[in-house]
Amino acid sequence: MKGYDGPLIVDGKRIDGREYDEMRSVKLEVGVLKRADGSAYIEMGDNKILVAVYGPREVHPKHLQEPDRAILTCRYNMAPFSVSERKRPGPDRRSVEISKVIKNALLPTIFIEHFPRTKVDIFIEVLQSDAGTRCAGITAASLALVDAGIPVRDLVAAVSVGKIEDTLVLDLCGIEDNYGSADVPIAMIPPKKEITLIQMDGQLTKEEFKEVFRLANKGISELYELQKEALRKRCEVGD
Amino acid sequence: MFDIISKLNRSYMLSLASENRRVDGRSWNEYRKILIDAGCIKKAEGSARVMLGNTQVLVGIKMDVGEPYPDSPDMGVITTSAELVPLASPTFEPGPPDENSIELARVVDRGIRESEAIDLEALCIEEGEKVWIVFIDIHVLDMYGNLIDASSLAAISALLNTEIPKYEDGKVIHEEKDGKLPVREKPITITTAKIGDMFVVDPTYEEELAMDARLSVAVKEDETICAMQKGESGFMSEEDIMRIIDLSIEKSKELRRYIPGD
Repeated sequence: MKGYDGPLIVDGKRIDGREYDEMRSVKLEVGVLKRADGSAYIEMGDNKILVAVYGPREVHPKHLQEPDRAILTCRYNMAPFSVSERKRPGPDRRSVEISKVIKNALLPTIFIEHFPRTKVDIFIEVLQSDAGTRCAGITAASLALVDAGIPVRDLVAAVSVGKIEDTLVLDLCGIEDNYGSADVPIAMIPPKKEITLIQMDGQLTKEEFKEVFRLANKGISELYELQKEALRKRCEVGD
Repeated sequence: MFDIISKLNRSYMLSLASENRRVDGRSWNEYRKILIDAGCIKKAEGSARVMLGNTQVLVGIKMDVGEPYPDSPDMGVITTSAELVPLASPTFEPGPPDENSIELARVVDRGIRESEAIDLEALCIEEGEKVWIVFIDIHVLDMYGNLIDASSLAAISALLNTEIPKYEDGKVIHEEKDGKLPVREKPITITTAKIGDMFVVDPTYEEELAMDARLSVAVKEDETICAMQKGESGFMSEEDIMRIIDLSIEKSKELRRYIPGD
């Protein structure tokens, strides 16, 4: 990563010209892959992420089956060319952890009890990465689940809030993430603001957390509208 | 399950073939629709996404500085890998590269390498010590058949928009560029499947499940063949192969026109 020593905030605007509470532009598309049972694509700033869902399908090996519900698996993977320094292909410790938290972020919305002895697989492929990939991945994965016809209680949306130069801002971009002092990814089921994921690194005070949630709520309710719009578009009768 | 389906499909395909038809309505020597989105990944040194019908492949090029091979101390290095990520097909599983992804990477690599598409001598920084390594990473996104041709097309398209990063004080600065990768050839790989007595170019995955054999042929701009790979256990005759070579030369001209201009 090239050293960046300039200011992250100039005249009340962020390095990419955004306001403190402004998300990067988001593009959501549902049903983008043909082989998958369900799929979605998200662009959030310079992040480009594809998600596929397969299932409910058979569980192998069989001893992993649950007699009363489906099991959910999630694989978050970064393409080698998705970052400046080539990433060695395959799972590393970071992606194993992220896969686990993403699974848990989505699980509460799924009626897994409807599909005993089966599994549902979520595959998240980060094609280009610029901070906030786990959040963007969750936002897209929730849509891919719906696209696969898997019954869900509601959608999950996620965004990160971070701290740069003592200011809390919504949705860190890559440079802000590298030179910022805190990062809090949050996933929520928006109508009831049920948080299904929260992580944090850096340093924040308790007071600052109030602002973190205010910003997160703003971002997530915007994302929720975009998600619904993307689903509506998928269901349009056309051609 | 896939075995049963492929057997059923096979008899259906053969009955269609007797009327010179294919499942998706194409003629035997017709490719699916091709779309190339070049330079779609900013973080990569070069990139291209190829849509071949419903098949989608993304190739990203990364470059780094490393040691040359002892037998070619003044030449850059090409390293090709392929990931058949489980997002792309219900039959792909996570894990280290299996034989299919290794074969795919090697066949794509051969087309690029043997056509001498990249001027490797120009990638020498310090003879015997430091040369550029070109990583060609194939990421399969939607597996609808004929990954070899889609990936080869994506690889050469990506190489053509690759920019070499800046190299300064022993460090690679990926964010700054130092000229274009020297690419001097556009090899095209054409794959033909044999199903019974029938030949079809650009097989879909259903046709691949039913095929006896396939032959991939990489063709240079001057119609030279620079790489070939037969796959699966079925056999082909000499006439079959000659016929496929002729066909490949003809089709390669057509496909080369899709490569974004440089």
